[in-house]
Amino acid sequence: MSKLGNLGARLHRGEVGYDFVGNRKIWYGISILITITAILGLAVRGLNMGIEFQGGAVFTTPKHTAASVSQAESYAEDASGHDAIVQKLGDGTLRIQVAGIDTDKADQIKEKLAGDLKVDAEKINAELVGPSWGEQIANKAWQGLAIFMILVVVYLAIAFEWRMALAALVALIHDITITTGIYALVGFEVTPGTVIGLLTILGYSLYDTVVVFDSLKEQTKDITKQTRWTYSDVANRSINSTLVRSINTTVVALLPVAGLLFIGGGVLGAGMLNDISLSLFVGLAAGAYSSIFIATPLVADLKEREPAMKALRKRVLAKRAQAAAEEELPAGGRTADEAEDATPAVVGPRNQPASRGRGRGRPSGKRR
Amino acid sequence: MSWPPPRPPGAGRPEREYEKVAAPKKGRSASAQSKPWRSLALILIAIAALTGGMFWSGNTTPRLGIDLAGGTSITLRAVPEDGQDDAINPTNMNTAVDIMNRRVNGLGVSEAEVQTQGDRNIIVNIPKGTNSKEAREQVGTTAKLYFRPVIATEVSGPGTASPSPSASGSGSPSPSASATGKGGDKDKATSSSTAPSATATSQGRAVTDALKADPTPSGSASASPKASASPSASASAPAGTADAKVQAQYATLNCADEKARSTAGKGAKPTDTTVACGQNSSGLWQKYILGPAEVDGTDVKKAQAVFNTQNASGWTVTMEFTGKGSKKFADITGKLAQQQSPQNQFAIVLDGEVVSDPYVNQALTGGSAEISGNFDQKEAQSLANMLSYGALPLTFKEDSVTTVTAALGGDQLHAGLIAGAIGLALVVIYLLLYYRGLSFIAVASLLVSAALTYVIMSLLGPAIGFALNLPAVCGAIVAIGITADSFIVYFERIRDEIREGRTLRPAVERAWPRARRTILVSDFVSFLAAAVLFIVTVGKVQGFAFTLGLTTLLDVVVVFLFTKPLMTIMARRKFFADGHPWSGLDPKRLGAKPPLRSTRRRPAPPAGPVDPKEA
Repeated sequence: MSKLGNLGARLHRGEVGYDFVGNRKIWYGISILITITAILGLAVRGLNMGIEFQGGAVFTTPKHTAASVSQAESYAEDASGHDAIVQKLGDGTLRIQVAGIDTDKADQIKEKLAGDLKVDAEKINAELVGPSWGEQIANKAWQGLAIFMILVVVYLAIAFEWRMALAALVALIHDITITTGIYALVGFEVTPGTVIGLLTILGYSLYDTVVVFDSLKEQTKDITKQTRWTYSDVANRSINSTLVRSINTTVVALLPVAGLLFIGGGVLGAGMLNDISLSLFVGLAAGAYSSIFIATPLVADLKEREPAMKALRKRVLAKRAQAAAEEELPAGGRTADEAEDATPAVVGPRNQPASRGRGRGRPSGKRR
Repeated sequence: MSWPPPRPPGAGRPEREYEKVAAPKKGRSASAQSKPWRSLALILIAIAALTGGMFWSGNTTPRLGIDLAGGTSITLRAVPEDGQDDAINPTNMNTAVDIMNRRVNGLGVSEAEVQTQGDRNIIVNIPKGTNSKEAREQVGTTAKLYFRPVIATEVSGPGTASPSPSASGSGSPSPSASATGKGGDKDKATSSSTAPSATATSQGRAVTDALKADPTPSGSASASPKASASPSASASAPAGTADAKVQAQYATLNCADEKARSTAGKGAKPTDTTVACGQNSSGLWQKYILGPAEVDGTDVKKAQAVFNTQNASGWTVTMEFTGKGSKKFADITGKLAQQQSPQNQFAIVLDGEVVSDPYVNQALTGGSAEISGNFDQKEAQSLANMLSYGALPLTFKEDSVTTVTAALGGDQLHAGLIAGAIGLALVVIYLLLYYRGLSFIAVASLLVSAALTYVIMSLLGPAIGFALNLPAVCGAIVAIGITADSFIVYFERIRDEIREGRTLRPAVERAWPRARRTILVSDFVSFLAAAVLFIVTVGKVQGFAFTLGLTTLLDVVVVFLFTKPLMTIMARRKFFADGHPWSGLDPKRLGAKPPLRSTRRRPAPPAGPVDPKEA
């Protein structure tokens, strides 16, 4: 711990740190690559939608059912007249999925199955889903997602500023794309549990991002009144100083989910617990990554386009280039005034295109 | 707003300036030191009161959902009739819930619960140990109700293949309201998609009417089929009214055969003359030729089972019609009253099955009517239910049916609890390793939070019908992370302050306002997600969102009223204040700068290679 504590202290003081903002292009590139892979996966392989989204029935037999998987499969196909998928779970439970049957017919099938498998029909768990149910859940989830995104962008724009709201939104979409992409690539089954997990990521991903933004906002409050650091510098320091907290948060969030995953996957075999925790696990990891590597550098990028920040950057660079600060004072004073004027209008005018090239080209050339 | 004032510093300010600003803070915090005990007392009293309430109300465990306790859960989706999309409104949904509730619980399925969910779903939860199949049939029945005039009727059996409708004298059953509790045929649950005969009054208007006043004293006119009245009449008119095709159908119809029964009159439009079956009070099947529907189920505003004490007719069913309905009803009864039996009867047809066929002896103009017969309470209520159900221009489709055996439910509950315990243990161990002494505060706060969650969930069971299901358990487990994170935010802030060279007590007070803001902002986002999900989504997602929202709220309460005051109190203890190595606040281990050497609060960022040189 002492080492970690020391690391925390050094991160806090900025003695050590990683240049998240400076190396942002690498991470943007990695993210874009992952996102493209995810989208390709979605397009090519598609999602493996569970029975809840197709309509059909899932029967679960009691523990230690004697019949073998192939036996059960043929029984189920006989009884329903449709293809059946049978899995044997760890405790001898059979999970029989039959797609495309009506909820009305399922009772007969269940009774026939019970007869064939020689178990009491009352002891068979059945989940019968009409074809539109999953669609309804998914539609509602999309609707919820859209409403939430709008609300949260509005909220963040008010509590912070629109640039942060935009960056948080990008990070959020990034997380969700990656999670669904992984589902498509690995071929995990998508169930309502998955949807729940995915929706929880919304809250969590933003939760993490918001904490970093909060620190960023606090540290950049009086940024225009000094000439030592550019916005990107301060943003980088914000990430580094909240790094310990971000790691701790992610670990603490992942631990219970890991517990769920272990129990869900190891003990129950399959089901709601497993589905929720799996998508949560993937999403949380993506969320922690994106709030550090994507959201904040993105804010810095956007912010650096602001005239006040560009002026600041110019001043900072000028000061750094020429150690003798005395000659710079008049110029510095003038731009400082401009900066002061621009400060209240944070959401104000975009920069003029003419100055953009210069403002952006110079510093990055200098910094590399 | 975007640059709120409270906190001073900027980057690169000299330390001296900090101390200046810090001084008043210290003073304020000193005055605030009397408060912690008050907050602690407040939350402890709240917990004690809630726990007391829990024991007093006798609900010491949260109510378990179907997936944990075992049972059957049915999700139904309301489908409006063509062109009546506005029929899906809270009033109609509540009526449907009411009726289903009475139907299901009328079966002896006590404790079955029926709730709306979202704007167009109804969830029926039937606990284990009851006949879920029967309940499902009851619930799934689609009610399409029409009042049709009877053209001909006779007892139908295997042997009576009597060709002409005029032959009817056989076995005179009592025609009176033979509404037994039968809820209709399960196979028809989704079949009747016949176009409605327009004119349906909107439920909204019906309600306003009902609010205005009782239009006329009901019972002023009454259709009173006596049980003794038998359909002795040999039909003389039917040949003229019913066309040949229907006649042929009628002739061959055998209502005693279940299959024939279920197909009888299938697909008939309300405006057609059709054939139908019904069971009379002596349990015999009777077949009918019925004229076009004159009154629609939606014309019925209200139907009620009433025990008539005035003329000792026992249980009766009273109906109130809507404005249009009463006119139509007056018309048809006026016509019917002039006819001879059986053509003075009208049939109440539910899903193609005749549930009652009272006769009429006068025009009923009052906008209300009463059906009497030898009902017992159950029959009367059942008929009344069917009548009011028919007023809904909605049909319900089964969207999902989940049957969970008690064994699996128990397993899932068990697994959920183990997962929660493991998760909590892992978090506690991590906190202990990382924060050492500080983790005492975190663990105590987590426990308080857990206790509050448990008690409130237990109380919400009876209060708002909250049932703990598997997704809700997941939500609670996930919330451990969110709750623990609030402490992490605060602790890290305190440690940052200590690294600045402050002693613990001012550090605790100075860290609080910043940590508080962060916690509030991030909890708000989390709560927003939960609230949106709760409002918008259906089914399992909702249970999850509810727990998440509840625990997020509790997190704020616990951090404000418990963690912060406890931290303030603990900061006075020597163990923490002196930075004992095991306290987790040892300045040396945290790498606090000796005040003398610190000239800058914020040293050079590691941004570029240039910076260190310059700094």
